[in-house]
Amino acid sequence: MDYRPVIVMRMFTLLVLVSLWVAVPVSAADDPDVSFASVLAPLNTRDFEAKSRAIAAISELKHERAGIVLQALLDGSLSSAKSTKRIVLVREIETGYEVEDAVTAAPLGMLKRTELKRVSVNNKLRRQLRELIAHRALGANDPVARRKAVEAMTDALDATGRALLIKLRSTESDDDVLHAVDIALAIADLESSSTEERNDAIDTLHGSLNPLARGRLAALVAADDTADDTRRAAASALTAIEQRVAFFEFLQVIFFGLSLGSVLVLAAIGLAITFGVMGVINMAHGELIMLGAYTTYVVQLLMPQHIDWSLLVAVPAAFMVAALVGIAIERGVIRFLYGRPLETLLATFGVSLVLQQAVRSIFSPLNRSVSTPSWMSGSIEINSVLSLTYNRLTIIIFTLVVFAALMAVLRYSRLGLEVRAVAQNRAMARAVGVRGSWVDAMTFGLGAGVAGVAGVALSQLTNVGPNLGQAYIVDSFMVVVFGGVGNLWGTLIAGMGLGVANKFLEPSAGAVMAKIVVLVFIIVFIQKRPRGMFPQRGRAVEN
Amino acid sequence: MLMRLFDSDRAGSVMLTLLALLIAVVPVANLLVPPESSLHLSTYTVTLLGKYLCYAILAIALDLVWGYCGVLSLGHGAFFALGGYAMGMYLMRQIGERGVYGNPELPDFMVFLDWQALPWYWQGFDHFWFALVMVALVPGLLAFVFGWLAFRSRVTGVYLSIITQALTYALMLAFFRNEMGFGGNNGLTDFKDLLGFDLQAGSTRVALFVVSAVSLAVVYVSCRAIVNSRLGRAVVAIRDAEDRARFLGYRVHYFKLWVFTFSAVLAGIAGALYVPQVGIINPSEFQPLNSIELVIWVAIGGRGTLWGAAGGAVLVNYAKTSFTAVLPEVWLFALGGLFIVSTLLLPRGLAGLFKRSKDAS
Repeated sequence: MDYRPVIVMRMFTLLVLVSLWVAVPVSAADDPDVSFASVLAPLNTRDFEAKSRAIAAISELKHERAGIVLQALLDGSLSSAKSTKRIVLVREIETGYEVEDAVTAAPLGMLKRTELKRVSVNNKLRRQLRELIAHRALGANDPVARRKAVEAMTDALDATGRALLIKLRSTESDDDVLHAVDIALAIADLESSSTEERNDAIDTLHGSLNPLARGRLAALVAADDTADDTRRAAASALTAIEQRVAFFEFLQVIFFGLSLGSVLVLAAIGLAITFGVMGVINMAHGELIMLGAYTTYVVQLLMPQHIDWSLLVAVPAAFMVAALVGIAIERGVIRFLYGRPLETLLATFGVSLVLQQAVRSIFSPLNRSVSTPSWMSGSIEINSVLSLTYNRLTIIIFTLVVFAALMAVLRYSRLGLEVRAVAQNRAMARAVGVRGSWVDAMTFGLGAGVAGVAGVALSQLTNVGPNLGQAYIVDSFMVVVFGGVGNLWGTLIAGMGLGVANKFLEPSAGAVMAKIVVLVFIIVFIQKRPRGMFPQRGRAVEN
Repeated sequence: MLMRLFDSDRAGSVMLTLLALLIAVVPVANLLVPPESSLHLSTYTVTLLGKYLCYAILAIALDLVWGYCGVLSLGHGAFFALGGYAMGMYLMRQIGERGVYGNPELPDFMVFLDWQALPWYWQGFDHFWFALVMVALVPGLLAFVFGWLAFRSRVTGVYLSIITQALTYALMLAFFRNEMGFGGNNGLTDFKDLLGFDLQAGSTRVALFVVSAVSLAVVYVSCRAIVNSRLGRAVVAIRDAEDRARFLGYRVHYFKLWVFTFSAVLAGIAGALYVPQVGIINPSEFQPLNSIELVIWVAIGGRGTLWGAAGGAVLVNYAKTSFTAVLPEVWLFALGGLFIVSTLLLPRGLAGLFKRSKDAS
């Protein structure tokens, strides 16, 4: 019962305010809260005429809470507290009714249902409220808010709303809002009695992505009393709409596919270096990705205040960690096994088990949570069908940047030159003074480092746990082999292609089945073209 | 002829003698020796030994393709699991009305998924002979089709290894799906009896052990016969110089395909013996990790010896059982270390070590 003192206090304040208003009318009229409260007071009657006048008065006031109060009245969440007769906003929560002052938004604690009396409205008042709310929103400064208001009015546009929109059209400068107004008027005009107006409206709606337009046109086509030419025009407009929707849905699937493909490319691209360029089967590749993801986790632990910037630190850190571990693997194990690919496969698999268990012992076998920076949430809404989420967009761009950087290193740096020389002809490269074993270590470090960077990206998408790497190892090998060993462009195209193919299969086959279909496709493809889509040519192939 | 086979195979003779000894001793120690005696062998141990013997059969199957034919399959676990599923389906049908839902027609998981009728691919598994045929046929057919495509287009070495891994991975994903009708995530379990014998009974366990041991012996002898035959010598020639064998007029892919398919059938048999003993088969048997672990048994035991592979399987699994009981977190370190050490220092496995010391003396 702790709200009672509050209410008593509030009552007292109100009394004081009212007495002030009575005593000093001039200053009270200046105080917007007081005048707002006085305008609200008539709502507490049974007289709908009085309520209607009160609603008009509320709307006249330029009080910041006026919009909220009108909306609450429409929603039926405006009540009067029986004890104090004051108008309050009510929000139903699990334990009861939470109440706040309609004028000041000050919380008034919890009340029981019996202590409240809802301010009732009838249909006439509802119509008035809707108009006023829309009208207020149409006058908003923010064009997006104005467009939203127009769109909200589109569904049930009456004569007054129409007049408002036509008025808005003459003053509006924002193109998006104008477009929304045109669509809204056209949808209303579909029911017009004038054939000309109807046909104009159909023309306007030709290819519109507004879901309402689609429904109304479909209804018009289906209706019995539609004139033949109107029906034909509507049908063609509808076809145009469906084509556009299909087109944007297609783009959306491509976008999803590219983002999935980016993940595949990121996971595979380090392998494209170690496997593709050096010919080393590194089964610990997945665990190097996992190390990158755990590095992200540690970086975020170290800088909890700056999660937004943590990824910028994590990328170089993950690169270094994974590269160092990679170099250690190369020096410790792989260099003894060059030319024996199957043995390399087994030994590096052993390394992967050790790394997994090490992570399990250090960080616990449970998944760790890595936070997503705030700038990666949200999306760009192109239209009602197509929206690009920032996290997917980021991963696509990130993949392309990593790819470009890797290509640049291989192409323009001294190390890249030496890597290519050793890959093409080890003996000759050594003869002209390239330190073969040093280049091996650096190449492997580069591939491992890129795997670590992939781990940073993957930490944003999947659970960071000891099994993270295993989930990607089969996929990575598939992408590299499919694209053609020793061909980075092949890896890029294969990864993106497989990602898109997967997303196109998903709606009809389901996610798991799509994956199986893609795997089987690759298995069959490799039988047909054992060296992938873009095989290396020349003498270097046969060794 | 059998005598001639073992003239030059002392280790194989030792292994077969050991198996004969086990077949003689284990039933006595489990069934006749009273439990309080220190010589008594618990049913748990018998089942464990039986499991090791199944692994040994699987290892010999892999050694045949890898050690003698040079085809490193990273998907042999798939054939093992398929054989296991075929046996599991028979055992499921034997449950009959004793399931939780008591449905005489459908296994529990199908009742749970609200299926109305038995899918066509479950038909026939009521008969033991049919299940036995499927145990060999399903893995064999898959290996035949897969091998026919792969060997004919000359997919070799690492590429083959990777696509076999993809094969088992794809199968794992598929079997995880409830819609497949193989029990999804949980697989097939809660078996009651086999040919009317209660699977929980000690005597059934001993019988299964004996069958596993006899199968291992038969598999070993037949594999030994194969590798000693002209076919076996051609296969070894293909392993060592595939192009030369081809130029000499051998149809390389026929040989490879034959060995690969035969090996897959053996793996299927191993799986079928394994399932009634452990009492469950689920999609995790298809995990790529299992297949790779299998490779390490063979690598540690010594590939290209057959008996080395069998020994490796038993040894590594014995180590796994002891480690995971005492220090579970050390097991992966140990297994990973084994991989590295055996490839770096023991390229011919423990068998190689044994042979070398014998050569030196």
